[in-house]
Amino acid sequence: MPEISLAALAAQVFTGLVLGGIFVLLAIGLSLIFGLMTVVNFSHGALYMLGAYFGYVLLTHTGSFTVALVLAPLLVGALGLAVERVLIRPLYGRSPDDPLLLTFGLSLVVVETARLIWGKIGLTLDPPRALGGAVNLGFTYFPTYRLFVIAVTAVVLLALWLFLEKTNVGLLIRAASRDPLMVRALGFDVGRVWFIVFGIGTGLAGLAGILAGPMRGAYAEMGVTIIIESFVVVVVGGMGSLVGAVVSGLLIGQVVGLTTFFVPKLAEIIVFIFMAVVLLLRPSGLFGEAGLLE
Amino acid sequence: MSAVAAWVRRHPVLGFFVVFAIFPWVVPYKSLATQVLIYGLFALGFNLLYGYTGLLSFGAAAYWGLGAYGTGIALAKLKVTSLWLALGAGLAAAVVGGAVFGFFCLRRRGIYFAMLTLAFAQLLYFVGFHLADWTGGDDGLRGIAVPAVVLPGLRIPLDRSVVFYYFALVLVGLAVAALRRILDSPFGTVLQAIRENSDRAAACGYDISRIKHLSFVFSALFCGLAGSLDALRLTVVPIESLHWSTSGQVVIMTLLGGAGTFFGPFVGAGTFLVLEDLVSARTESWPLVIGLVFMAFVLFLPKGIWGTLTGNSAAPK
Repeated sequence: MPEISLAALAAQVFTGLVLGGIFVLLAIGLSLIFGLMTVVNFSHGALYMLGAYFGYVLLTHTGSFTVALVLAPLLVGALGLAVERVLIRPLYGRSPDDPLLLTFGLSLVVVETARLIWGKIGLTLDPPRALGGAVNLGFTYFPTYRLFVIAVTAVVLLALWLFLEKTNVGLLIRAASRDPLMVRALGFDVGRVWFIVFGIGTGLAGLAGILAGPMRGAYAEMGVTIIIESFVVVVVGGMGSLVGAVVSGLLIGQVVGLTTFFVPKLAEIIVFIFMAVVLLLRPSGLFGEAGLLE
Repeated sequence: MSAVAAWVRRHPVLGFFVVFAIFPWVVPYKSLATQVLIYGLFALGFNLLYGYTGLLSFGAAAYWGLGAYGTGIALAKLKVTSLWLALGAGLAAAVVGGAVFGFFCLRRRGIYFAMLTLAFAQLLYFVGFHLADWTGGDDGLRGIAVPAVVLPGLRIPLDRSVVFYYFALVLVGLAVAALRRILDSPFGTVLQAIRENSDRAAACGYDISRIKHLSFVFSALFCGLAGSLDALRLTVVPIESLHWSTSGQVVIMTLLGGAGTFFGPFVGAGTFLVLEDLVSARTESWPLVIGLVFMAFVLFLPKGIWGTLTGNSAAPK
């Protein structure tokens, strides 16, 4: 066994944490939408990609990364709202396969449109100057921007948790995911709750996209592989479970990060092997309830 | 049109042979006819699982690719000289793959199943990508020499495209007959019962997980045969065979034609390929066009073309 520098390993753990953070943002949006509406949004990856491109456009026009970071997710979320209203809504009451099929078609359209607008070659996004360079963590230097991504992810997750647990709208969302019929019977407009949740979920995808942009660039296909990996995160965590999405996203981030370090050739495959093992041992996922929304 | 459709529906296998015997002489060029035949079979395999058993797979490319690579590797790397042996290798690869992945994917139902099939197909894509010694990796598997068809007292070289078309027609026709037989059997009836209501089918005493698994393997077999034939048609196996977009393509074809209808897959494959041909001649943005067409079908024409024409579709609920 070759000697492994602990500092390099620690840096890899941080890299895994960054990747995990992106996974969590995507998976939690997917899971939130699924848990409430039994809609699997295949276009989630395409919206993630749009987040990065919108970020690029906003950054070049305003010159402010903060503006891009705030506006890009809002724009993607607004687009998500339009998608729910126009495309998903007519499919309520039909098979849960139908929204999946529809959003699959939508993702083809969005990716190809992005290719038409921004070209086939990827674009690079520069992180703001304040976040350039690296920070000395004591044992290793780590890119400042990546630490920033970890921090933003943590803050957003905390805000989301507070929103769901402490506000009236959050209460309504949790209730509607348990028993939509009862919530409707109590006189609340469940359709409106779904609408809001779809906007939040897609907005989180947009946020993941703009955060990933300065690390990976923006290109039309960027959402495709990551959406498949996010599906894995959701399946491993347990569909519809937000805690599951967080734990599983961070876990898979580490698994991928460490595999990249030790056995680079397996890095792309390990996610799926991990999923197969979890399916064997715990078919309903780490935090999933068996039979939930199947 | 509907009179023809009605006749074809009453005599499906005969109808298939008659229509496809004439088919290459009415389309603009013969290679399109061969493609419709092969992709139609691919869609047929997908349709067995989605249209008849109600299981939406986003990973059909895995079995198409296993069939293609199984046959391709047998011919190009193992230097197998018998066509039947090479086809057998492709089918065996697809069936084994279907049995293993089916076991994992069927541990979850409903929408999870779609995601799992997609994930396992993606796994296979990366494996194919990295095992370049065997698969040719990114460059695709090249150097496939197609042996002649050898039957007792008969030797037919497949180098002419018309000959290859009719060779494919015989095999695809046999597959169509086999599918008809499967669907008419008690097993086929249980498949459709599972699609309609899997809990009730289980309550009737059927071992639904075993039956679903069997349906998965049969589907893999049909998809694998299609992949094998495509390897022979192209004499190369591109890595895209295992790509998720190939899985997506067969989903689109089947839904265009009509899921849960017997000939929908062929109608859908034909529509898709002709449309692709027409659109690609004018613009590079084919995925944009087919994406919009597909969305329109999901929203407004869920029975697909054949299902709407014949007025009889059992689109999965």
